[in-house]
Amino acid sequence: MRPGGIRTWPLAALVFVAIAAWPLLVQDVFLQRIGALVLLAAISASAWNLLGGYAGQVSVGHAVYFGAGAYSSLVVFNQWGWPPIAGAPIGVAVSMLIGAVVGTPTFRLRGHYFSMATIAAAELARILVANWPLTGAAVGLMGPPVPRSVWDLSFISPVPYHYLFLSVLVVLLAVTWWMTRSRMGYYLAAIRGGDRAARSLGVPVLRYKLYALLLSAGFTSMAGSLYAVMVGFADPDSALGILISVKMVIVAALGGAGTLFGPLAGAIILIPLEETTNAAFGGGGTGITFIVYGAIIVLVARFQPGGMAALWQAVTTRKTGSASRVS
Amino acid sequence: MILLQVVVSGLLMGSVYALFSSGLTLIWGMMNVVNFAHGDFVMLAMYAAFFGYTLLHFGPVFFVPAAAMLLFLLGVIVYLGLVRHVARGPMLAQILGTFGLALVLRYAAFWAFTANFVSLPDTLVGGTFDLGGIRIEASRLLGGVLALVITIGMHLVLTRTMLGSRLLAVAEDRNAAMLMGIRPDRMQALAWGVGAASTGIAGALIALFFYISPTVGESLALIAFVVVCLGGFGSVPGALIAGLGIGVIEALSAYLIGAVYKDVVVYTLFLLVLWVRPQGLLGTN
Repeated sequence: MRPGGIRTWPLAALVFVAIAAWPLLVQDVFLQRIGALVLLAAISASAWNLLGGYAGQVSVGHAVYFGAGAYSSLVVFNQWGWPPIAGAPIGVAVSMLIGAVVGTPTFRLRGHYFSMATIAAAELARILVANWPLTGAAVGLMGPPVPRSVWDLSFISPVPYHYLFLSVLVVLLAVTWWMTRSRMGYYLAAIRGGDRAARSLGVPVLRYKLYALLLSAGFTSMAGSLYAVMVGFADPDSALGILISVKMVIVAALGGAGTLFGPLAGAIILIPLEETTNAAFGGGGTGITFIVYGAIIVLVARFQPGGMAALWQAVTTRKTGSASRVS
Repeated sequence: MILLQVVVSGLLMGSVYALFSSGLTLIWGMMNVVNFAHGDFVMLAMYAAFFGYTLLHFGPVFFVPAAAMLLFLLGVIVYLGLVRHVARGPMLAQILGTFGLALVLRYAAFWAFTANFVSLPDTLVGGTFDLGGIRIEASRLLGGVLALVITIGMHLVLTRTMLGSRLLAVAEDRNAAMLMGIRPDRMQALAWGVGAASTGIAGALIALFFYISPTVGESLALIAFVVVCLGGFGSVPGALIAGLGIGVIEALSAYLIGAVYKDVVVYTLFLLVLWVRPQGLLGTN
């Protein structure tokens, strides 16, 4: 199931053209906003995918890195009056540090243990941040109420965000693609197949898991910073809650974990669904959204563990009549 | 004296933790699958107790067994409908399957029961005992002692009966058990039923003295993970010791450091133990 099969690229190119043209095609702000949110979700899910998909280490605690990014942006603004985006590199550095400190010991854990440890670490972070005055405790932090300069990246229209997010996503996908073609991609595939087998083949398992985590944590943090820049607000639940982590997993898994375009495909399906339910049901919509999300991942796990990418793979191989069914 | 009181109430809470964690450890030990919805099973049992009391006017004598039966059924259904199919699939599918279930249960509860906290009346099992200066509410004493008895009973059933031997045989070696004429599917369905029934009893017992809300399962699930990891997976005695220990640690840290930080202490301990002994504190292998 290598990304970038012959049939995939033309479709991907088409999708990207459509995404790039989206804010010009629709004039409605609600729809434009959905476009930006799809891209943001695609960034975080693609970032998760580096570790959870390609390396097969299912983290359910990536909200830590998302929160680190979001909070770094808002802390530099609230403490020193910097534009929030200036916090993004700090968030990336903090995330990588957290990843190195928490990840290194956790990587010795296999399978479920790893997932549970990531949940516990994320909950720990959420409780600590919710009681720390620097991060605004339970109330959270606000961004600049009115833009002071263009560097605050505070726009009323979602369109500038759309193109900002799109460029970050393109960079992330390029990095991911480059990684899959490099030695690291093959090492991670071996690790995903099983720690012991990979080690017996001479793969430096712990080191490459750590590389995948650092890359993944850095980009997730970037997504968090972008979120904070756009929304101008973060509190423990909206930036560090377990649902933030779960959303990344669901989006990536629905599209196809461990594939290049899977997370984007997942975001294109789920985010409009989420936004329209939220709009239709108001505050109560969040609950319904997560019932639907839960049901979707149960169904994916039960009937199509490879996500839509596996489905796509099946369809395209049938079309070309290719006899080479390499799993 | 007050410290002793804190320890005793920690032990009583811990024995309830031990009960529902035994269910998780049984499932985990049987088939190496984690039930991420375990805490939400407890939550459902708490609501079952609540509605059993408010709508049907059941007393604890009725609603505890009723919750156990309901959850037993749920466990078997979840096994047959979902877990059986994902258990042999990729790791991601296993995690997503029960995690998705957890989301569905939690937010369906939000939708059906609203986010408001509810609780059973204090007077349902009223009164307070005074044991040489240590004051214990009757509801907590009843819950703790009953949970302890049932956990020990579960251990005895697993180790001393034919049924228990069959279950353990499947856990040990599925194929060999099959050759001995045991049907693994039935045993695993039974393990899910029993594991879920343990959350049924535990949830109905906690409901006697604890608030009930749709999200209460989230932290209870983490506690169950901690207990199972500390106790070693598949071990009911391990879960019992670890459950009591976590109950005491939680009560002590709430008393000494502050209620907000009790989870911080427990989760930190969990991570430390996983780092030092990835197989669990009492686990072998």
